[in-house]
Amino acid sequence: MSLPEVVRIVEVWDETRTIRTFVFDAQVPEAEPGQFVMLWLPEIDEKPFAVAQPDPLMVTVARVGPFSAALHALEVGDRVGWRGPYGVGYRLHEDRSALLVAGGYGVGPLYFLAKRAVERGIPVSVAIGARRALDLLYLERFAELGVDLVVATDDGSAGERGYVTELVAQALVAGAPLAVYACGPELMQVALHRLCREHGVPAQFSLERYMKCGFGICGQCALDDLLVCQDGPVLTGEQLEGVRDFGRWHRSATGRALPIY
Amino acid sequence: MPGSTQSPDIDISVDLCGFHLPNPTVLASGILGLSHGVLARVARSGAGAVTTKSCSLRPRSGYANPTILDWGPGLINAVGLSNPGVEVMVEEIQAAKERLSPLGIPVIASIFADTIYEFGTITRFIAEAEPDILEANVSCPNLDDRYQQMFAADPYVSAQVTRRVKEQTDIPLLVKLSPNVTNIAEVAEAVAEAGADGITAINSLGPGLILNIETRRPVLAHGTGGVSGPSIRPIAVRCVHDICSAVDIPVVATGGVTTGRDVVEMLLVGATAVSIGSAVRYRGIEVFRKVCAELKDYMARYGHQDLASLRGKAVLST
Ligand SMILES: Cc1cc2nc3c(=O)[nH]c(=O)nc-3n(C[C@H](O)[C@H](O)[C@H](O)COP(=O)(O)OP(=O)(O)OC[C@H]3O[C@@H](n4cnc5c(N)ncnc54)[C@H](O)[C@@H]3O)c2cc1C
Ligand SMILES: Cc1cc2nc3c(=O)[nH]c(=O)nc-3n(C[C@H](O)[C@H](O)[C@H](O)COP(=O)(O)O)c2cc1C
Ligand code: FES
Repeated sequence: MSLPEVVRIVEVWDETRTIRTFVFDAQVPEAEPGQFVMLWLPEIDEKPFAVAQPDPLMVTVARVGPFSAALHALEVGDRVGWRGPYGVGYRLHEDRSALLVAGGYGVGPLYFLAKRAVERGIPVSVAIGARRALDLLYLERFAELGVDLVVATDDGSAGERGYVTELVAQALVAGAPLAVYACGPELMQVALHRLCREHGVPAQFSLERYMKCGFGICGQCALDDLLVCQDGPVLTGEQLEGVRDFGRWHRSATGRALPIY
Repeated sequence: MPGSTQSPDIDISVDLCGFHLPNPTVLASGILGLSHGVLARVARSGAGAVTTKSCSLRPRSGYANPTILDWGPGLINAVGLSNPGVEVMVEEIQAAKERLSPLGIPVIASIFADTIYEFGTITRFIAEAEPDILEANVSCPNLDDRYQQMFAADPYVSAQVTRRVKEQTDIPLLVKLSPNVTNIAEVAEAVAEAGADGITAINSLGPGLILNIETRRPVLAHGTGGVSGPSIRPIAVRCVHDICSAVDIPVVATGGVTTGRDVVEMLLVGATAVSIGSAVRYRGIEVFRKVCAELKDYMARYGHQDLASLRGKAVLST
């Protein structure tokens, strides 16, 4: 069954000028890092968001359009529906240290993964990319976990100047057995995919496609022959090998293919 | 395979509209059928034929989400017939055919239109893609300006749509009927008379309504939605029985088919093939292969070598 359950917002705060985090009066202890929930605003719409913490449920939402703007307008005590969790999350390699690579709100699910990896005794480092210092989020939360943290900004206003992929390239050269776990803009993940293939490093990527059902019925989230809602959203480097839509095409609500920039 | 008693001589292939399907399972329209990549995967997962999502002349975004929900014994959906429009679907169908024809898996293209006249126009467009079979979805809740109800509610109108499509093309035509009528056999007779090569039945039941009791509002953005899945199977079986008793053209039985026993049931009331939609939710894309294995197990147990020996063998005391 998957009817939405309506719960209240118990906490909400700003992460950046356009990103907010919400905590709900909902428990999803079975959720795995990388899985997502569908959030429902009655009379408005219902959209997918990654679980940033399962119990109580927390999500981090960027304001990019009508639904996310309506969600941002809500306050503590307001009601939101949710269903899930859905999809396949990250699968930690127990024998390799973890390099988590995040862009934008991709820090949410990777924070959940970092916590899980730390609990299992897997060494974790985190690389975060952003345009400017003020677009960075979750830094303190990662620091509290005691993981290695490096930052890259396009303008050098925090951390290294340049792309986060350049930091990753250095880490891959270091040679210790690593696995890469990524979440962020698709073109960043395409670059990482190439890099990890070149270095023979196992990697997992969390992708987004337009979703309606969230459970493998509508076909809206197709990525070649993969269903992002069910085979993903986390897909391995091998699964993405030769996938023509990866980094190129996504679909609109009608199902029409649109190019990715 | 668990406890498989299957003998290699059991033949579950079927003939449908001039095509020889390796097995009787067909992917139902509106399930996964938007893109050639996924259609090819469904074929690799054991479907005997695949149906594309119903498409219209122009693209449609459909309703806001939630559009499809699982309420336990079935699904409820009000997608609003979203589709990228016929131009895009022609490309998808061509690409799907390239991949499926070598496997001997026919591609069925589903179409719908707002008017009887427009059914003719979209047929001409979709024919360019050379789908193996066409399926006219006359059971969507869209209104024809003149008739103010779905086409399938009226035998006369359903027959007119059938004629309109047949005038435009030689591609074999399945007409997809709705259970939401008082006498489905009458509609079936009318479309058979008008030249339909087969019938697909049933489309989703209803509409139904599910509320969220905290907000006291419908859970679907559209309010009401079509009901499908295991919960509607008894109604689908009765409809298929009524249709098969009334017409001689093949029937693709649809509605709640989830296991091999459900296929047997549909065959017993006279179906030629079955389509599977909601069961993809309950048993995954591999449902086609699983259902065929279960069907073969039943045949082995009862000594059937082929499906013809099962077809229409139901014993009804009425
Ligand atoms: C598995 C998954 C996890 C996600 N996790 C997060 C998250 O943790 N935080 C976050 O801020 N965002 C996340 N997103 C993206 C989020 O779903 C979209 O930003 C949101 O749907 C935008 O809706 P809108 O009305 O605000 O904007 P719109 O103007 O409607 O769209 C803006 C962008 O979001 C995409 N989008 C719109 N509707 C959908 C939909 N139904 N499904 C998928 N993409 C859509 C559009 O293609 C467009 O690129 C996730 C998406 C997916 C698929
Ligand atoms: C999400 C969803 C979308 C559907 N879209 C279509 C469609 O576009 N055209 C159509 O003819 N039937 C559509 N149907 C109806 C199915 O093809 C099928 O007739 C119905 O669901 C009953 O079969 P089932 O119980 O196996 O799902 C849709 C059904 C579902 C669940
Ligand atoms: S969102 Fe419906 S199949 Fe993936």
